[in-house]
Amino acid sequence: MQRPKNWLPGLLMVLPSIILVGIFVYYLIAQNIWTSLNVATRRVVVGGKFEERSIHEGGYRNYTELLGSADYQHALWNLLVLTVVFVVGTMIMGLLWSILLEKGVRGEGVFRSIYLFPMAVSFIAAGVVWRWLLSPAKGEGAAIGLNQLFVKLGLDGLQSSWWSADSRWNMAAMALPAIWQLSGYIMALFLAGFRGIGEDQREAARIDGASEWQVYRHVLFPQLSPIALSALIIVGHMSMKMFDLIYAIAGPNSYTASVPATLMWTQLFAQRDPVAAAVNATIILVIVAVVVVPYLWYTNRTERERG
Amino acid sequence: MRTSTTRSAALLAVAALGLSACATGGDSGGSGDAGAGDASSSETNSAEAYEPKEGGAGGEVGVFTWWADGSEKKGLDALTAEFEKQYPNDSFVNLAVAGGAGSNAKAKLASDLENDNPPGSFQGHAGAELTDYIAADQIEPVNDVMAALGGSDVFPQDLLDRLTVEGDIYSIPSNIHRANVVWANPKVLKEAGINEPPADMEAWLADMEKVKESGVKTPLHIGGTWTQVQLFETVLLSDLGPESYNGLFDGSTKWDSEGVKTAVSHYKELLGYANTASDGDDWPPSIDAVYKGDAAYNVMGDWAVAQFTENDATEGEDYTYFPVPGTDGVFDFLADSFTLPKGADNPDGSKDWLMTVGSAEGQLAFNKAKGSIPARTDVAADEFPEYQQSAMEDFQSDTIVSSIAHGAAVPLAWLTDVSSAVAKFYSAQDEEAMVSDLTSAAEKHGQ
Amino acid sequence: MAADTSTIEHHGAPGTRSAGWAKVLRVALLVLFAALVLMPMYVLVVTSLKSTVTPSGAWSLPTDLSFDGWVSAFERLAPALVRTVVMAVVSAVLATILGAMNGFVFARWQFPGAQTVFTLFLFGMFIPYQAVMIPLQSMMIDVQSVFPWFEGIVVLIAVHTIFGIPICTLIFRNYYATAVPKEILEAATVDGAGMWRIFRSVVIPVSAPAAVVTLIWQFTSAWNDFLFALFLTNRNNGPVTYALNELAGGQNPDYAQIMAGVLIASLPTLLVYIVLGKYFIGGLMSGSVK
Repeated sequence: MQRPKNWLPGLLMVLPSIILVGIFVYYLIAQNIWTSLNVATRRVVVGGKFEERSIHEGGYRNYTELLGSADYQHALWNLLVLTVVFVVGTMIMGLLWSILLEKGVRGEGVFRSIYLFPMAVSFIAAGVVWRWLLSPAKGEGAAIGLNQLFVKLGLDGLQSSWWSADSRWNMAAMALPAIWQLSGYIMALFLAGFRGIGEDQREAARIDGASEWQVYRHVLFPQLSPIALSALIIVGHMSMKMFDLIYAIAGPNSYTASVPATLMWTQLFAQRDPVAAAVNATIILVIVAVVVVPYLWYTNRTERERG
Repeated sequence: MRTSTTRSAALLAVAALGLSACATGGDSGGSGDAGAGDASSSETNSAEAYEPKEGGAGGEVGVFTWWADGSEKKGLDALTAEFEKQYPNDSFVNLAVAGGAGSNAKAKLASDLENDNPPGSFQGHAGAELTDYIAADQIEPVNDVMAALGGSDVFPQDLLDRLTVEGDIYSIPSNIHRANVVWANPKVLKEAGINEPPADMEAWLADMEKVKESGVKTPLHIGGTWTQVQLFETVLLSDLGPESYNGLFDGSTKWDSEGVKTAVSHYKELLGYANTASDGDDWPPSIDAVYKGDAAYNVMGDWAVAQFTENDATEGEDYTYFPVPGTDGVFDFLADSFTLPKGADNPDGSKDWLMTVGSAEGQLAFNKAKGSIPARTDVAADEFPEYQQSAMEDFQSDTIVSSIAHGAAVPLAWLTDVSSAVAKFYSAQDEEAMVSDLTSAAEKHGQ
Repeated sequence: MAADTSTIEHHGAPGTRSAGWAKVLRVALLVLFAALVLMPMYVLVVTSLKSTVTPSGAWSLPTDLSFDGWVSAFERLAPALVRTVVMAVVSAVLATILGAMNGFVFARWQFPGAQTVFTLFLFGMFIPYQAVMIPLQSMMIDVQSVFPWFEGIVVLIAVHTIFGIPICTLIFRNYYATAVPKEILEAATVDGAGMWRIFRSVVIPVSAPAAVVTLIWQFTSAWNDFLFALFLTNRNNGPVTYALNELAGGQNPDYAQIMAGVLIASLPTLLVYIVLGKYFIGGLMSGSVK
């Protein structure tokens, strides 16, 4: 670039943020990684006497130990189920709503606000209601929440024990409130995308004899794919760090609904094991980075190509 | 572009690592006196009795509890009133954290202690749970306060032993609860043709079947994970007997022994008669279910009396109680006690608080309101309602064992693994997995 | 959409134009989905207005309207609400200011390596906060031991501002890239204006659309955050999410009070979305959607 005199003020203007982000993101991440590699011992009381015990050998073994434990694998599996259902569900609902709204309907503003409003509610607040809606008891008299509604509507077959169910796929139910909260946001993104495409392009396709479906398939959807990718990344990374919602619905130390983010809380405070918690936190970071870094690299590159 | 991004990111990371290397020290502090001293646990290191200043040391005393609601809050309020009467110079600051039978509170407390931000005093379950704090060097011995209160002249020696590590007493007990109590609905039982409490697990299961046949879908009511752990511990106690049950914690009883396996199958059968619960459910709905007749039984600690009272239920008519079948004559105990955290802002104020907690007047006021029984032996029984009187008698005469679910028998880290095993069993119902999970938890955390 | 019309014709729509039926179907679906989305809201409102609540009767309408739940919930949440308003507003404003400064530099006044720094910022937007929580917590306590006033919402203001920098920077950068043409800047530079003056007199006056988005975004995420609140504050100095969690965690839950509490704690963000939702979607087009 040109002479420092020209660019220096720019650097100075960003410098406060560089320092803050440098410390609070990168330095703290490094410190967390450092903690995760520590050797740790713990003093315990056995039979009325103190005894020193080794609880972590240090180095990479801290990682193999946690990754090998059944509880952590259970949490990772839960996370996978939650993320897949959450991402797919949110994308489908968001796209569907935006398609329903994009041509303009009377009362569009009302529908848009209704669909968007759950996003304004915190996970912790929404969790209070959903905890009750997803109550596991079934059958006349016992059922409350959604199950009770199903019984009242004569749809007994739809009852489920939701996230408390005895199933490998139980965390799919935990995705329901998350889909409820974020579909509206994805709708807003797609809606903004649809509105950004000029009417002339659709007209041109229609004149060429394209059916309404073909207009979507060949003209509109391709132009939405960058938005779809952003939406996918946003929802996906939210799912991987989701804590509040599970904390509010299943309680702070639930085993059934545990994911790495909630397990970290248990490790840190119930098990008093900051090293294991740091290992876990680093693994969450790596999982997110595996998804996000290629995306950032890709956007960076396409932007450069565009100039 | 790509290479330069990666390189500078790596540089930054390396630089930051270098910095953090200086910032993170080892955490081996406080291990110096490990294994030192061979005083037997029943002997207390001598200390001069604490002498509170007239009217108290002055200043604020922040007290951390999970007594934020209902009868627990009433108990705390009564105790606070007594404190303000005894030490008018001190001002009490309520740091209670609500929810989850203390699990939220314990997590929050651990984070405060970890961050050198201790309260003036905090509530902990006497026994193994407190050893976590003792071993981590987070609480101080209170031998002087105990000496001032009268030591084993006024507290049961059994209890003091459980508060003592290497000759030092680390907390002042405030109250005692019993965990192995079945709360039952007499009308439901009568309807099913059951007239007396069952003698053992098999008999109880047979009664459950009768209740079910009489039309009650869920004879047994359960709540979230910790209530299930409590139920399971009482089944263990019933099938093993007190001696073998105690052996589970010192290694003399194996967790994969026949007795434990029998208990696991009994427990599985019991769950077959229970409602569907989710991990986070609290206990009061179970008591309500028994009261309303939606269930016949619930196993809960004796704090449940307060919930019946809340519903205006009458003993004998609306509810009845008996020890968990097969545990008659055994008192599955847990005690709340208060501590002096290391680095507390106002240690003398904290000690004043402990003096009130341990005083006969404090224990009377607190326990009457909370529904528990005093830890002191010199509080007159006739001041208490009927259930508490019977519990006080039992505590004197019964064999005492420690509760798992409430941290008296095992430290928190061990309890966490037991809870995971129980939660896993709730959905998977795999007996072998349960036994092997419990065994590996004991190997990891036990002797 | 068009493919779906076949299903409705299947139900026998005699002789109407299929476009008309498509419209009816579309509205019907919109109403159905709106009902589903509003269902939890229904439970909240209905329950909050009951005087006695049993879990099994929660779907029915209240027989006797009672505002006791609202009153008691408001009393319990009021101190935390005040703290949260201060916290969310201040951190939204601070993050917006920093974001505007950074966004301008990254879009129009780049320094060598700016692109790399920008990418590193963006990664900060996606990190799971768990990855910094353990050291962050002890760092905050260290600071607090030197500056006792650095606690509660002050800590949260700092944290939300800092972790809001990346997304605000992104939104402003994308916005300025189209809203501030290079030609205007060049003209101003030729006139002898320095960077700071250009930022103040040319850039800031056109920043409103992006600022609305970052303000809404930051306000909402600070307001709704629970993770930082749980780790860094306590019941005496925490925000409304913390207080709400306590309210809901009691042993003898007063459902009317809890549900009213949920509504009270959500009202400010709901209002923001209802009143400013239009600008938010408008801003999305110029902001993060790229």
